[in-house]
Amino acid sequence: MKRVYLDYAATTPVDPRVAKRMLPFILEKFGNTMSLHSFGQEAKTVLEESRDKVASLINAKPNEIIFTSSATESNNTALKGCALSLPKGKDAKHIIISSIEHPCVVESAKWLKKQGFEITKLAVDKYGMVNPEDVKKVIKPETILVSVIHASNEIGTIQKIAEIGKICRERNVYFHTDASQSFGKIPIDVKSMNIDLLTASSHKIYGPKGAGLLYIREGTKLIPLLHGGGQEKGLRGSTVNVPAIVGFAKAAELCKKDMTKEAKRLNKLGNKLVKGLLKIQGSHINGSPKSYLPNIINARFDFVEGESLVMQLDFKGIACSTGSACSSTSLEPSHVLLATGLKPQEAHGSLRISLGRFTKQSDIDYLLKVLPDIVKNLRKISPFKNSYKF
Amino acid sequence: MSLYSKQVLKHFKSPQNVGKIKNPDALGKVGNLTCGDVMYLYLKIGKNKKGKEIIKDVKFETFGCTVAIANTSLLTTMVKGKTLEQAQKITKDDLVKKFKNVPLIKVHCSLLAIDALSEAIYGYYKKQGREISPELKARHEKAEKIGKEIKHRHSSLVELEEELHEGHS
Repeated sequence: MKRVYLDYAATTPVDPRVAKRMLPFILEKFGNTMSLHSFGQEAKTVLEESRDKVASLINAKPNEIIFTSSATESNNTALKGCALSLPKGKDAKHIIISSIEHPCVVESAKWLKKQGFEITKLAVDKYGMVNPEDVKKVIKPETILVSVIHASNEIGTIQKIAEIGKICRERNVYFHTDASQSFGKIPIDVKSMNIDLLTASSHKIYGPKGAGLLYIREGTKLIPLLHGGGQEKGLRGSTVNVPAIVGFAKAAELCKKDMTKEAKRLNKLGNKLVKGLLKIQGSHINGSPKSYLPNIINARFDFVEGESLVMQLDFKGIACSTGSACSSTSLEPSHVLLATGLKPQEAHGSLRISLGRFTKQSDIDYLLKVLPDIVKNLRKISPFKNSYKF
Repeated sequence: MSLYSKQVLKHFKSPQNVGKIKNPDALGKVGNLTCGDVMYLYLKIGKNKKGKEIIKDVKFETFGCTVAIANTSLLTTMVKGKTLEQAQKITKDDLVKKFKNVPLIKVHCSLLAIDALSEAIYGYYKKQGREISPELKARHEKAEKIGKEIKHRHSSLVELEEELHEGHS
């Protein structure tokens, strides 16, 4: 059966060029970066080369990058590491996050709340945008950190990061952004965007799983989550996962080389997809029509539930995901879609289609060919569809 | 590879008894609080040779996830031709057992199908002024409580549906 992968926002395959680059560091150059002998130094050298490469993608200095195991770890480190370092003294315990963060930021904030920190959530408009003016309103002297996701993993909306960063910098508040979906896909400049902490992930950009990074602006106070042998400037104990990091750096390099061209290509494909989706009666696009990632499209179809839609598409060999949550891990509708003002049943009916490097026009055509019938059949089962002529 | 068992997928792929019955003898409308699924179950009641009331025909409509749809379909195949007494004895565990393997988080969907059936039978007995067993009454009260919440959550969809209905009539 034809298999079409349209879930690149969940994870991506490793680019063969990346895999090739990694292989020697699994087989021969396997040294521990902390070892003094040549095996160790070989690994150490490539680790620092990798740091240079990923740093250059966001205009950071190499010494401002620490490698982690994942975006989840980076986000946890940013929030907890910053909060627990109490940068403004023990009485300043206020943290601001947006209402459309990834669960790892939401859960970290929840945990910090239990430890006595005060958490404020920023509302978003119907497109999923945070209004920078709102950040100004909720920052107070006790605020130590603002965390706003750069591009939404569910609806692709890109935030006004530079503006929010400027507001935070002027008020002496650390600013963190989770750039897991945007890193390598759209330009990021941590200097001009006034970012103090930034999270990125390898497996979203055709690198292997098991590597992430946290950019930490020089001078930013942070305590480590993992105490250990002094790796990563003492900010992340653990034997360094050199093969994964080498892969991550290679993946970043490839993204950098083709960024503009690839964004343009995906945008074109995405526009075609949106046009096709909107031909289905009772369909809607969630997210922002103006400020969005080129590869994430979130749609919903009246009277149809998202999980059923994902399963039916899977029968046809198409892999997408649901913004809904009647997925296997959670039953609640997506907090991101609810934050944009969608009703629970609308949020339950949403479908996330995410494109990537290996997506072709024929994949989009195939999806658009099979989707109308699937929607039609699910509507037949739905009790809400009566007398709606599809 | 699939998250769900062959049995679940079979019913989900080709659900049995989909649709509605015109002028049904009984109608069970239920919704589940946790995941927002909504289910309508229609019954046509007849009598068997012994004069006992049986489910002559059954149809359903479901807004919900894979397991919710598969469950209602399965239940309709199990109750067709059964007496009302027999039908009431089916439990969510019977459905889960037939499906071999249902992810734990989805077990509540099986309960929803059972609730729809109970609600239909409850409504039927009530309409006829018949005596209702305490067990059925208790089930009804629980379903009603959950239903209120669902109606609230799905109100816009129900309104849209009613609006469209009016537009066509």
